[in-house]
Amino acid sequence: MRFVPLAAAGLTALALTACTAGKEAAPSLGAQPKPSGSASQALPAATLELWHGFSTDAEVKAFEDAIAGFNKKFPQIKVKATKGVQDDQITQAIRGGRAPDVAASFTTDNVAQWCRSGSFQDLTPVIEQDGIDLTVLPEVSRTYTAFEGKRCTMPLLADAYGLYYNKSLMKGEQPPRTLSELTALTKKLTVRDANGDIKVAGFIPSFQYYENSPSHMGPMVGAKWYNPDGTSAIGSDPAWKQLLTWQKELVDWYGYDKLEKFRKSLGDEWSAEHPFFKGKVAMILDGEWRNAMIANDPQAKDMDYGTAPLPVADDKPDLYGSGFTAGTVIGVPKGARHPQHAWELVKHLTTDTDSLVTLSNALRNVPTTKAAMESPKLAEDANFKTFLDIFAHPKTSTLPANVNSVFNQEAMSTFLARWEKGAVPDLDAGLKSVDKQIDDKLKLSGG
Amino acid sequence: MASVSHAATPRWRRGEGLRALLWLSPWLVGVSVFFVYPLLATVYFSFHRYDLFTLEFVGLDNYRYLLNDPRVVTSARNTLWLVAFMVPAQVLFALGLAQLVTMLKAGVGLFRTIFYLPTLVPAVAGTVTFVFLMNPGTGPWNQFLALVGVTGPDWFGDPAWSKPSLTLLALWGCGNTMMIFLAALLDVPRHLYEAAAIDGAGPWRRFRSVTLPVISPVLMFSAITGVIYALQYFTQAMIASRVASGATDSAGSAFVPGYPDESLLTLPQWLFHVGFRDFSMGYACVLALLLFGTSMIFTLVLLRQFRRAEEGS
Repeated sequence: MRFVPLAAAGLTALALTACTAGKEAAPSLGAQPKPSGSASQALPAATLELWHGFSTDAEVKAFEDAIAGFNKKFPQIKVKATKGVQDDQITQAIRGGRAPDVAASFTTDNVAQWCRSGSFQDLTPVIEQDGIDLTVLPEVSRTYTAFEGKRCTMPLLADAYGLYYNKSLMKGEQPPRTLSELTALTKKLTVRDANGDIKVAGFIPSFQYYENSPSHMGPMVGAKWYNPDGTSAIGSDPAWKQLLTWQKELVDWYGYDKLEKFRKSLGDEWSAEHPFFKGKVAMILDGEWRNAMIANDPQAKDMDYGTAPLPVADDKPDLYGSGFTAGTVIGVPKGARHPQHAWELVKHLTTDTDSLVTLSNALRNVPTTKAAMESPKLAEDANFKTFLDIFAHPKTSTLPANVNSVFNQEAMSTFLARWEKGAVPDLDAGLKSVDKQIDDKLKLSGG
Repeated sequence: MASVSHAATPRWRRGEGLRALLWLSPWLVGVSVFFVYPLLATVYFSFHRYDLFTLEFVGLDNYRYLLNDPRVVTSARNTLWLVAFMVPAQVLFALGLAQLVTMLKAGVGLFRTIFYLPTLVPAVAGTVTFVFLMNPGTGPWNQFLALVGVTGPDWFGDPAWSKPSLTLLALWGCGNTMMIFLAALLDVPRHLYEAAAIDGAGPWRRFRSVTLPVISPVLMFSAITGVIYALQYFTQAMIASRVASGATDSAGSAFVPGYPDESLLTLPQWLFHVGFRDFSMGYACVLALLLFGTSMIFTLVLLRQFRRAEEGS
């Protein structure tokens, strides 16, 4: 009898220690024999686990087609892909010692965290070993895939943001090139009923509307998020004040309540009820992927629309043609069982021109290497080409990698929701309060 | 003398102690693994910077940040609102419904089923449905109100209405509490009502002097579990906020929890966000301890109040 409590205590101890046991270190990238070039074809047989965020049938098929190209090069390597995986699942799997060999993320928000913590392996040694010239990637893509000198991810495909306009609602006008032109055109194209309720909006200026996030709209005025030391630049960069002042004037012209009522009556962003498809909004800020969504929608595919770069601040005409970009990133997590094989897959998907063109043509995302962008196989039309040009523009910017990227965007978005509602009496003080939140969090995260 | 009697403890008593320990061992294991260890680990991590990969001792930094975090005040205020308004509303509504069912002469089973059915709907589905039904632009609820000349508010989109809207959702789904009250009400001895009626007590007096004292343990149970539930309120607030905002996670675009204007940001939601979106696990542990302490204080205060009320009655 007296052994029972002892056994219970033993089991408890076992259960507790089991939480930390079993973490035999997996080989790290570059630690294994380093086959490169043609020698890498001699890698032993293995099955790679690949986690990605693509979820629709068309996306998954496109991704599988790109992997099929890899299988032709490496028939001995099988790739087992898992779709619809989010960032937090990836992080938790790595923490739990169940990391996939390769993981891809739709957002760049966690790149800094992954690089700093080492949860994604630094690819620099194998990039150098294989002699890959990273200048094949536009500078902006190199920016959002690395942090603090560690290149822990590679860009797979990119998103670029521009202006879509419904030609039948434009009353013969050309797309605006400046913010004042956008304001004037918005007023001209907006239709209201007898009660003043909005029936058709020229352009919805609310930061809460679909893709109108501060990171997407900031490039219209060249606004900066961070100082070189990583602290917030929001309160000190006059560009934010310029953007917000312009935006609030347009919100007030609509009337905040009227605009909110209209915004909330609109269909889902990802459905056939999208207000742009339904002719309820004349101009929208959106990503290049909207082209594919329009083409695939039976009702919207015949819509007569055009695309253009986003209008920019009147006093910064040199920004015209640029925009915001970010995109899918892919890397080799810590604990990957076959890191060298995994790197070969990452290398293929991110640098092989045919693979990138295949993916780009299927998903209508921007390919991330210069060779893929110039490939004659890349399906181009005028509306899609706008985004290729935006992506390649030297002033196109991204949200720089930051360990608190999600938090910082939320702090700004929360402030903006109050601002457009008219609940912020002092814009300068409000922007400084955003600075303080971001800087306090930076300190908490270790600078 | 004491040492003598101690030394003379019979063998059977020691055996009995071990036997008691044996029978308690499943509970001991459960408490150790699922309560004591996580609690100690939470305290330990609260003094560290921990992103699930690297661990660094930072002393009281996480606690200092708590004092400067504006969202803690906001989320605590929202959570306390739910405790102060949603819980009493739900308890009173469930009690009212149960009382109504006991008074029915016919169709008791039907109404009991109707009132209970919403609890079978998953929280996520129920919340999404409510947000769509109460959409100010396209939802039928405001269209119905317009028919009777009332301009409906922006239920889940207006910070002033978002928590009352969640309270309506909670009232709709109070079937479980109603069933518990119903069982308690049916348990009240009939002869007490008859005696009170003979003494000239009216319906209100009978309810106050007979029903309430008898069902007070059930009331206490509902209030305490309701308060704990409200302190842990997460799913409905998170879903309502996300659906009403229409936001999605895409490149360069982050969902802001608590939409509209952080009015639906509850403490557990902020804790989850800090821990599993920001991966600031050390600070999330501080928030968890805050939530734990708050729950303990509420529970103790409620227990004391009910005990006093019982002694008084």
